[in-house]
Amino acid sequence: MSHPGTEELEQLRPYLLRYALLQLRDRDSAEDVVQETMLAALEGRARFEGKSTAKTWLTGILKHKIIDLIRRKSREQSLTVDDDGSEADAIDALFQGDGHWQQQPADWGSPARALEDKRFREAFEICAKAMPERNARVFMMREVLEMTTEEICKELGITPTNLWVILHRARLALRECIEIKWGAFTA
Amino acid sequence: MLTCKQASVLLSQAQDRPLGLRERILMKLHLLICHGCTNFSRQLELMRAAIRRVRDQDN
Repeated sequence: MSHPGTEELEQLRPYLLRYALLQLRDRDSAEDVVQETMLAALEGRARFEGKSTAKTWLTGILKHKIIDLIRRKSREQSLTVDDDGSEADAIDALFQGDGHWQQQPADWGSPARALEDKRFREAFEICAKAMPERNARVFMMREVLEMTTEEICKELGITPTNLWVILHRARLALRECIEIKWGAFTA
Repeated sequence: MLTCKQASVLLSQAQDRPLGLRERILMKLHLLICHGCTNFSRQLELMRAAIRRVRDQDN
């Protein structure tokens, strides 16, 4: 068993940065948490037991640093979830009065092919960046950090009903945006 | 019968919690007759896969 070397840790920096950026969507904050993660890793290197890979170990540290930052931010900016009405209205707007889709989701074809399609990935990245801050934060806590709904509710002080409305809204908006952008690229 | 709006709520929640038996049956019945929701269901999977792909790529 050997402790990961500085070089090995440095090689993981681009991966950590992309991970942090996906969640935080702000380069400065992302670079800060990655830097903190690197320092914590160097200091704690002796405690690394080699039970997991260095990548998994670093990701775990990064995840904690990101959650700390989200906690501080949501205290400062009080991104409280108090206007559920507007989220529900936004969802309503995507459906007809009788509950049918306004715009039926299209067939995106084979998932494997979509994932390999550069234009799909571009559309996805543009649309992820375009998400409103609060929705993106909650959505990425679920999808990037893979926190459970219980964990997210506890962290943000919201109810599961709140959370599901936000996640549903985020997913509907993201899929609509991707469909439009990707369609435009391929047209 | 579920409307598409109700089905979309359940499809989204299925990404976050296990659906109950009744919910799963209602959902299956709806998906049998609804292309839009079937597509939405696949899109949810694909978006999740896309996020993980972006997150986990090595370079």
